[in-house]
Amino acid sequence: MAKDILRKPTGFMDIYNFKPGDDKGNTHYCPGCGHGILHKLIAEALEDFGVADRTIMISPVGCSVFVYYYFATGNVQVAHGRAPAVATGIKRTNPDSIVISYQGDGDLAAIGGNNILQAANRGENITVFFVNNAIYGMTGGQMAPTTLIGQKTMTSPYGRSVQNEGYPIKMAELLSTLETTTYIERTSVHNPKNIAKTRKAVRKAIKCQIDGKGFSLVETLAMCPSGWKMTPVNSTKWIEEKMMAYFPLGVTKDVIEEREAYFPKKLELSNLEIKEKLGLTKERLFVKRDMSDVHDKYRNPHIKIAGFGGQGVLLLGRVLAEAGMRHGWNVSWIPSYGPEMRGGTANCQVHIDERPIGAPVVDRPSILVALNKPSLDKFEPTVKPGGIIFYNTSMIDRKPARDDVEIVGIPFSDIADELGSLRFANMVVVGAIIEKTNLLGYDVTIDALNEAIKNKKFVPANIKAIDRGIAEMKKL
Amino acid sequence: MAKELIKGNEAIVKGALLAGSRCYFGYPITPASEIAHGAATFYPLLGRTFLQAESEIAAIQMCYGAGGTGARALTASSGPGISLKCEGISYAAGSQVPIVIADIMRGGPGLGNIAPAQSDYNQVVKGGGHGNYKLIVLAPNCAQEMCDLTMLAFDLADKYRTPVFVLTDGFIGQMMEPVEFPEPVELDHRKKKDWAVMGDAETKGNLINSIYLNEEELEEHNQMLQDKYAEIEKAEVRFEDYLLDDAEIAVTGFGIVSRVLKSAVDVCREKGIKAGLLRPITLFPFPNDRFAELGDSMKHILVAELNNGQMLVDVKMAVGCRKARVHFYNRMGGVVPSVDEMVEKITEIAKG
Repeated sequence: MAKDILRKPTGFMDIYNFKPGDDKGNTHYCPGCGHGILHKLIAEALEDFGVADRTIMISPVGCSVFVYYYFATGNVQVAHGRAPAVATGIKRTNPDSIVISYQGDGDLAAIGGNNILQAANRGENITVFFVNNAIYGMTGGQMAPTTLIGQKTMTSPYGRSVQNEGYPIKMAELLSTLETTTYIERTSVHNPKNIAKTRKAVRKAIKCQIDGKGFSLVETLAMCPSGWKMTPVNSTKWIEEKMMAYFPLGVTKDVIEEREAYFPKKLELSNLEIKEKLGLTKERLFVKRDMSDVHDKYRNPHIKIAGFGGQGVLLLGRVLAEAGMRHGWNVSWIPSYGPEMRGGTANCQVHIDERPIGAPVVDRPSILVALNKPSLDKFEPTVKPGGIIFYNTSMIDRKPARDDVEIVGIPFSDIADELGSLRFANMVVVGAIIEKTNLLGYDVTIDALNEAIKNKKFVPANIKAIDRGIAEMKKL
Repeated sequence: MAKELIKGNEAIVKGALLAGSRCYFGYPITPASEIAHGAATFYPLLGRTFLQAESEIAAIQMCYGAGGTGARALTASSGPGISLKCEGISYAAGSQVPIVIADIMRGGPGLGNIAPAQSDYNQVVKGGGHGNYKLIVLAPNCAQEMCDLTMLAFDLADKYRTPVFVLTDGFIGQMMEPVEFPEPVELDHRKKKDWAVMGDAETKGNLINSIYLNEEELEEHNQMLQDKYAEIEKAEVRFEDYLLDDAEIAVTGFGIVSRVLKSAVDVCREKGIKAGLLRPITLFPFPNDRFAELGDSMKHILVAELNNGQMLVDVKMAVGCRKARVHFYNRMGGVVPSVDEMVEKITEIAKG
């Protein structure tokens, strides 16, 4: 076996082809840096578990931005701090892949703080390797969220102070408080004993994912001689004496045994099943009708329906539009929206037209339904000459003043109340409209109602309301 | 297939699923929330992924992750959310990750309001994030197009390896119209996307990446992107002409404005004014050549927008020093002009 000792693990590239320049054999890391050790431990684990082929490594922003130079896996380089979100997207759409997010302290604990917190809290079945070296290495030694109190950096030249920057953030402990996380451990790579412990933790974290046990994270304290302006040897001492005093090593969360394995079910659907589930195979009553069969004053109506919120104006309009569609006409429906919403009225606007519909807005309705007084006051003047106003005499104590339009006054609310609920007023209006205008057939209107009403148990009562509206209209 | 009366926003969801979209990642915002609601309902029913992200920033990054594996990913938002997504969009443009993003525009700047507007034009069409990138931008003006152009968006995103926007306003999103949904698209992603990182032996040498340390390499990468955009400009321009053949005044606008303009053109024609409509369906690539032609053949071109004149700049660029005079009419803050208002404006221009 001796010959095997001298090769790189298969999870690691032999030659760093993605690395620009002539030197394809050495990493870009500084002498004495901790990243390389952790890289090697991960690569060995990927080989030993036989998962390198299905692993996708995520390269963050920071010193480990070039993780993709080194790992013989699928590689994705991402924005600063976003690796856990990207990992989520990958894992959710490719549950068979092994997704590893490799991040530094600025990336994970500062700019990406919410991303790691939320991914951990969702229990994403991913593995995060978090390198804590208490500094921003790549950008030139600035303060990190993990920088120790008193530690001097380019952006804390007088030393980090509690008053100005608060205490260093303990991510392993913080994330361990989340109910959903499975395995979290803090390790270090400053000496062989701790490298061995890190090796174990790396394996455990990856295995956790392979076994479908959910979110795992290893926080590793690592040397940054360049950033710390120390020799590599002094860097290892600094970890032992300073970092470990504040960031204690050890397991902060381990519920691997208790956690039930979860592998999302795959669902392959036929085209027919897809259409069924999208509701596209639904049968609708279709009765072709010629607009010329409608009295010319009611043809191609522009309808505005207005009232208080809760009077069902949107549903009223929807039923008319649904029914119009079932006659083969073009229709549009828009709820009151934008500035229209102000002023105490809710309204919707419906076009039913044999020609293509341009503007869906109804500025000058040919049919106005006014269910309350503010609506009548507001929209009466806008009705087209020769148009028609349906108004709710239960709630409007004046007759419309226009003498160039048809006026239909019906106590819609009182009738609805008689039928058992004020909420049926809108369908009483529908009955009155279809009886008065002969625009929409009864059967298509009922079919339209059936589709528009979500809770089907209310359909019979609404049909009764439509029938009553027809009867009331006939009486006039 | 029978027609369904459906909101534009919901038509986007069904269109996306029929186009084989595997996942939706989004964050709620009015007036785009129906897209999230619809996606939350239908993606799981079809065994696909819906996830409400912790932020707009995360949502686009989840799409970046999924899109990088070749999965057709959808997200949607409105102005303030698009601003946050710009980080991820720039990365996706640089790394050439296909993503479809719907922007149901509302009033800005800042929180603005939730009324329909078109004030994200510059942000979306010119590329709101950092770097030299452009996005394909499709501008539906009815519920049917909300479905059709979403499906087209996925095809174009894959074809050109680029994020594609479906850009419209709150009006088109909230409006219900009949939609005839096409057959589901059958896709075999694995055969088609040899660049993707799919978590298997065949694709493990692949890399999704936007960093190029070497200046010459990054310049080359940028040039490749520009070449791609030039190719898109050649092949993917889409627009709608309406009554332009004998027209003297061309009016132009996209989204809800184009609907108002079409009605206004009809009214003007009844009044004897020779007006016609050019509606850009793609905002990038912009129908420059068609506008140049109109610059020669029209007396006037009227640009109408729900913003401070963002598309106007593109129209002026395309028309250049040609004969037609370019006019502008706008409303902002969520106000949509009425047909009468536009007729009045066109009449005023016609009188000279």
